[in-house]
Parts: sequence; C-alpha cells; structure tokens
Amino acid sequence: MWLIRLFDEKVDEMFAKGLIHGTTHLCVGQEATPVAACAALLKTDKITSTHRGHGHCIAKGADVSKMMAELMGRVTGYCKGKGGSMHIADLEEGNLGANGIVGGGIPIAVGAALTSKMMKENYVVLCFFGDGATNEGSFHEALNLAAIWDLPVIFFCENNQYGMSGSVKDMFRIQDIADRALAYGMPGHVVDGNDLEAVYDVVASAVARARSGAGPSLIEAKTYRWKGHSKSDGRKYRTREEETAWKAKDPIERFKNRLIDEGIATEEQLNDLKARAKMEIERAVSFAESSPYPTLEMLEEDVYAH
Amino acid sequence: MREITYQEAIREAMSQVMREDERVFILGEDIGVYGGAFGVTRGMIEEFGPERVRNTPISEAAIAGAAIGAALTGMRPIMELQFSDFVTIAMDQLVNQAAKIRYMYGGKASVPMVVRAPGGSGTGAAAQHSQSLEAWLAHVPGLKVVQPANAYDAKGLLKAAIDDNNPVIFYEHKLLYSTKADVPEELYSIPLGKADIKREGSDVTLVSTGIMVQKSLTAADVLAKDGIQVEVIDPRTLVPLDIQTIVDSVKRTGRCVVVYEAVKRGGYGAEIASLVAESEAFDFLDAPIIRLGGKEVPIPQSPELERHAVPQVEDIVEAIRNMMQKA
Repeated sequence: MWLIRLFDEKVDEMFAKGLIHGTTHLCVGQEATPVAACAALLKTDKITSTHRGHGHCIAKGADVSKMMAELMGRVTGYCKGKGGSMHIADLEEGNLGANGIVGGGIPIAVGAALTSKMMKENYVVLCFFGDGATNEGSFHEALNLAAIWDLPVIFFCENNQYGMSGSVKDMFRIQDIADRALAYGMPGHVVDGNDLEAVYDVVASAVARARSGAGPSLIEAKTYRWKGHSKSDGRKYRTREEETAWKAKDPIERFKNRLIDEGIATEEQLNDLKARAKMEIERAVSFAESSPYPTLEMLEEDVYAH
Repeated sequence: MREITYQEAIREAMSQVMREDERVFILGEDIGVYGGAFGVTRGMIEEFGPERVRNTPISEAAIAGAAIGAALTGMRPIMELQFSDFVTIAMDQLVNQAAKIRYMYGGKASVPMVVRAPGGSGTGAAAQHSQSLEAWLAHVPGLKVVQPANAYDAKGLLKAAIDDNNPVIFYEHKLLYSTKADVPEELYSIPLGKADIKREGSDVTLVSTGIMVQKSLTAADVLAKDGIQVEVIDPRTLVPLDIQTIVDSVKRTGRCVVVYEAVKRGGYGAEIASLVAESEAFDFLDAPIIRLGGKEVPIPQSPELERHAVPQVEDIVEAIRNMMQKA
C-alpha cells in the first residue's frame, strides 16, 4: 500500500513541477482495494484495469521503475513510452492493460475469462472499474454475457464516490451498485473498500466461486479518492469537510494500527516498510530520468503485428 | 473444380480452419441453430458444438470486447455482425480497443481476430441495414479491412484474415452470398495486400471492390463492344492497399475510374484517387481521375430509389464513355 501511495504522491509532485507530460489519475486513498483484490489472486490470474490504474498495476506485480519510465515517456517504460499513465499493460504479470475508455475493459475481461474456460486454463480474471463505468452499456452487456456463460470473472467496482465531478448521489437512484448483480443472476457484494481484510475475504470467496466453475460475481468496494479526477481538477464539486472525513478512514493507517494493536508488527517495522517503498520510488525516478526517449523510427512501429 | 457460393466458401473456410486449430471459434447473434442472419454458419453448430459456435445475446459491444479479450489471451475468434451497420454499437471496442492495443502497449500484445460484417444495399432493408461503412474502419490505424468480390477470393482471404495477427474487418456484400465461383476444396490463402487484375485492358483502369467488381466486369463487357478496353483491378483489401498494382496499370492506360458503393463523400475511393494522383502515374494521366460512389443519402427502401442510390452498370458505362469522348 505504501508503494502505491508513495508512487502516486511522487507522480503528483512531478506533474506539478512539469516533469511529466500528459495527464494522470491518482488513486491516493484507495490503496486497499488493489492490494487486497490482487492478494486474493494467483500469479497466473489476470486483471484488467482502468485509467486510474497505477495501484492495480503495482498490486499485480509491476516494476515501478518501468511504470515511472512509461509516465515520463521513456523507451524503457512498459509500453516504450507510447501508452503513458492510462495504457500500461504487463502481460507477463497477468495485467491485460489499463484503459482510457470508461467501461472499455469490462468486455475484454469477459473475453479473457472465455479463453480460460475454453482452453481449461483455470485462471480467473479480475476486472477493475469505477462507479462511473457501471452506467456504461459495456458494463451491462459484459455482465450479462459472463453470467450466461458462467465465466470465471470477478467484476470489481471501486466506488470512489465520483465519476469525474459526478457524485454517485446524483448519478444513481440506488444506494448500492452491487444490487445490479441481481439483474444478471450473479451474487453481488458490498464491502468497505478501505478495509484491506474485508476486501480480501470477499474477493477470495468470489475467486473460489469463479475457479470452481460457478461463474462471475460483482463486488462493490466503497472507497474515496483523496485527490481530484486528474491533474487539473480544482475539486469544486465537493467539500473539504467531506475529504477530511474520508481521510480519517485512511486504509493504510487503519491496517497499520491493527497490525500494531494485535502485536503482528511493530511501528518500527512498518516505518521501515515505508522507508523501503520510498527508496524504491526514488530509484524508479532515477531510472526513468536517466532513460532515453524512444527514437523517431519507433513512431510507426507496432501499429500492426506481423 | 466445383462451383460453390460465396456464402458456402466463407463457411468452408471457417470450418476447415476450425478443424485444424482449436483456438479458432466463432461468436455472434443467432449463429447457432438458426445459422446466422444470412445462413453463413448454417450447420456449423452441429459439427463444432455450442462451445465453438457461440450464440450470443444481442450485445455487439460485449461480443466485440469478448473477442478482443479472447484474442489477447491466445484465441483466434471470428465474430459475426448480423449487419455491418451494427458495427456502430461495437465501435468503441473496435476503434479504441482492438485497433490500438498493440501500439499503446508497446508491441507486447496482439489481437488476432476477424469481424465478419455483411454490408451493402440491394435487399430493400433500408437505411439501417444497407450501409457500406468500410471507409470509417479503414481510417483507423491498427485495423485491416478486406472486401472479397467473389467466392474464390472470399475463401482465400478469410483464411488469411484468420491467420493474421491483427484485427481484420471482413466486409461481405449480402448480394454476393448466392453468387458462385470455382473454389478449390482444399484450404488456401490469398495474401492481404495483394490486388487482383480481374480483367486486363489498355484504355482505362477501373478500380473497384466487393459487389462493384461484378458490375465493373459487366460494364467492361459492354464497353468492349465499343472498342474500349477496360482493365478492372480489385484491390481485395483496403488496408493494406496494393496501390502499386493500380499505379502501374494507370501508367499503361492513362485513365483511372474508382467505383464503390459507399457514399461518395469521404469514401475509400477518394483515398485511392488521391494516391494515384500523388504517384508517378500522375504524369501519365490523360484525363482527371473519376470517382463513382453512392449518392449522399441514406439508403431508401423503395426499389427504384434504392437502385439509384448506388452506382450501377449503366453509370459505370456512361462515365467511361464520357471520359473517352473527352480524350
């Protein structure tokens, strides 16, 4: 969780200084969902991600140096600098890719789960998306298809309360997005997305269900993004009181306090973890900064496969 | 050699490939027992079963997305659109996802899939079931676009499309489904990006694809009686495009006419005309390049209106006669 938070905080700082070009969507405050969800998966399982995907990518095992290089448009990045923040894929670790289109990855996850079933590969696919995506047609079409074909896919909604500036209070007439599972004949679960263990438990049971051949599940994890939608967001659509109230539910502090209270780890050990994460981020920045940009010959490469 | 229909040729290509390669499967609306909107998959579910001939709900975005996800993870899906018009409902998946995945992931992924799309007018089904939208798709880097003109080409091009490691839009014309040609029984491949000279001639180069190839050949027969020798070139694939074969022909004939059924404005014929004008063939041109395309109207239902909405044999004949008179 520290690696994700420190990565995104560093990215925020670098954008502010003009060291990164383009745009980015930070997941500060929502670290528990990617970490817990990916912890419930095997290395051979797959994920699809979103435009707010740094956390998913890191939690599935990505190298933060290659991620930072990608954000900085360097040739050593995951996608040779051609994808940037919103389009990082790491197929070796089972990350089938982030997506700049809201809801765009949901049917793709269904297709990957179809391969697992048809080829008896026994992997499951965990499909991340936000609350906003659940009002897209692709969400509804994909859930229905996965349900009728009993595919091993977990639809995981990170409800961070806002689709850009649109509050879930204004964009939904229902309290829980997980209720939409009923319409497709699959189980729906609501979970506190800032509670690492609660998320792990609910994903683990959905994974077991998917792997047994019983089909898909929809999980809604309620959480909050501390920062704005993207780098240019003044956050005028919400109050600072609301932000403060959610920051009090910081998933990292919460898990840290539990580990200390129960004697599982000491504060010193946990601070050490944070320090190591910080060093790894510094190494990532150095790696990215010292990496070359792609050459102009690469502009027209990789449009088509041979 | 035996004669089979365009529709049978497509089915035969799919069936033969599926017997050889377990990664190939088809998905789409009503493709199971029903056999597809045009009967192309008739009988396939009996041989391959519902796992590999996957009947889907009416959900074009999900069908396309599922094909992409399957292709990304090692399968070689063929998706059938009931009508090419419905590509609009799958457009995000095809344009923003399938076409771009390889590039935006730095060449680490590929999406080997085929989208079979029955297009074109002539069935009286009117504006939402009669379009030719290939230019939209050909505009997007990352997609390939194929337009087979006869049963022989359909079988060989489909085999090549399935073998290709990219998303390929396979634009079938509905009026060609029942047309017959000599087609080998064995599986064969026609490379994407290789034009075919369907008829040789010395006076005019006539470039056309799909159903327009047949109309162009008929027009060429009519014009031959006037002593005008028309060379008919079928690029067969718009992306990749074998422009060199067209340019070489125009250098011999000095004249170029491009015929296509899609709406003339912004159609693919404009691209071919421009490429010829920009090439070394420009210096050999004895007349301006002419485009014949569909009128700038939605396709109407009423038969005579529908017929007049797209180029017909007489339009091609007239255009070429006028062109020759001006010379």
